Amino acid sequence: MASKKILIPLHENDVAPRFDLATEVLIVAGNGKIGSAEKRMVVLPRASADQLCHLIITENIQTVICSGIEDDYYQYLTWKRIEVIDSVVGSALKRYFEGKLKPGDIL
Amino acid sequence: MKKAKSANTDENSGAFRRPPSDQSLAIPPHIHNLFDIPVDFCELLDQIAMGVVVLNLERKIVVMNQTLKALTGFSQKEFCGFTCTHILRSNICIQDCPVLRIDEKSGPKCIEGNLINTERQLIPIRITTAPLRNINHQIIGFLETIEDIRLLRELDETASHAYKFSKIVGRSPQMQKIFQSIPSLAQSDSSVLITGETGTGKDMVAETIHQASNRAKGPFAKINCGALPDTLLESELFGHQKGAFTGAVENKPGRIQLANNGTLYLTEIGDLPLPLQVKLLTFLDDKEVFPLGSIKGFSADVRIIAATHRNLEQMVRSGRFRKDLLFRLNVIRLHLPPLRERHGDVQLLLDHFLNTLSAQLGKKTLTLSPKALKILLTYKYPGNVRELKNIVEYAINICSDQQIRSKHLPSYLLNPEPFDMSEAAQQTNVPQAPLSDETGFIRVEPDRNWSDTEKRMIMEALIRAGGRKNKAAASLGWARSTLWRKMNQYGIR
Repeated sequence: MASKKILIPLHENDVAPRFDLATEVLIVAGNGKIGSAEKRMVVLPRASADQLCHLIITENIQTVICSGIEDDYYQYLTWKRIEVIDSVVGSALKRYFEGKLKPGDIL
Repeated sequence: MKKAKSANTDENSGAFRRPPSDQSLAIPPHIHNLFDIPVDFCELLDQIAMGVVVLNLERKIVVMNQTLKALTGFSQKEFCGFTCTHILRSNICIQDCPVLRIDEKSGPKCIEGNLINTERQLIPIRITTAPLRNINHQIIGFLETIEDIRLLRELDETASHAYKFSKIVGRSPQMQKIFQSIPSLAQSDSSVLITGETGTGKDMVAETIHQASNRAKGPFAKINCGALPDTLLESELFGHQKGAFTGAVENKPGRIQLANNGTLYLTEIGDLPLPLQVKLLTFLDDKEVFPLGSIKGFSADVRIIAATHRNLEQMVRSGRFRKDLLFRLNVIRLHLPPLRERHGDVQLLLDHFLNTLSAQLGKKTLTLSPKALKILLTYKYPGNVRELKNIVEYAINICSDQQIRSKHLPSYLLNPEPFDMSEAAQQTNVPQAPLSDETGFIRVEPDRNWSDTEKRMIMEALIRAGGRKNKAAASLGWARSTLWRKMNQYGIR
């Protein structure tokens, strides 16, 4: 797997149930192995889907793993050629690096 | 529920034990002692038309009904063992979880919020959370009902527009009378003559009548009889044949023909030249159009709505309007009252425009200071609703605070000239005066919108500054880059 930057909105150490209400995000940069992936937490000043989209664009994120996301934001991100794996519940990162994560996965 | 002898409850300790997920699916919970034989609890929940979910003390989902599954998009298999936050995906669960606020003495809690379903739709909901107690009155879990309130929200929106008919806003008795008459007027095919001062909403009423009529699916063709020279107007109204005059290189259908099966709206009918009045009269009689230079007529099924701010009766007396045309147009007469006679509507329209224009201009909804409100309520509005809208738009643009004060209003409102009723009724054209005076106050013409005013302001500042942009920008209180951007926006070179 080529080096990729992934963003996961968080809520109490889980994938946040809502993209627009997340106040912290985990940014992971890795090249296929979860052990060697570089993780960084970003605390947002306030929950805002617009600001989160802005962060995703400015951070050059390639994949967003989230749970509930409004269609407008989903369409915007996919239009920006960002892969969005939504409706994910549970520990998604390991599954993602295994190449098995898909939208709607309940783990 | 008290009769239910749940397999999941340890009655002695009052604690709640959630069965393993596979067990909960294999052995569905039953209600005992309600009927002779046990009742399937899940099936009972599925009969309820609103979303229902039962949570344990850890806020994990025990069971939810079919309606909630449909609302969230999640299935039975997926939710077992997860907290409701991850399945409901509601802002309430994240920001103000009602379950956390329930203690031994609490009753049900009801909160409105929204959820995002698996279809990525944001749905407004109302959650009611109640504690579930065992026979010893100890809380063993929670029951939540989730109502989809999309329909209620839509109804609320309609209710907030109770003083509205289509795009027309008003609650004065005069406007209510017009609102009541429009639906019945719309159903007939008779000609309508709308009269009223400038800015009273004649165009809006005409369009509303068309939209409420059986011709709504047909075209609504509008032509301003005062805007074109006579010959062009004739060609525009009735069309022309190829070669009818120099430049008529092809056949062109007129507006009447284009409005076939729809409505033709003739605005400023008082400005229609006399020769064309005769031709229009012929059309109203025969329902047949003869394009310029053609001997062949076309029949057109068109409803005529005409409007004018002029006094047609007076024009008939002075020989400037044909009496027979007036009679034919005046089948249904609708007079729109000037704003100064619509008691209570100024306040309503102020609120309406403050809300809509603030949103359009991307600003927070502003309020009016008592002094500014007093000025606006006592002003006579010779330009009627259009003038009021322009004043509000001006104030929103000028105001950088949370509240619009009298200093944010156009200066002519602060020293209004005595209002001449006869002048308002005559509606004569007033020559344009410079927008800003020596003191730098900006004067907004009643019939202009903010863009026109701003454009003129820039032009005048440039003229005063002899074309020097720096000086013009300084006199406007802008940065040079702002002036440059606005000049580009308005195409000023």
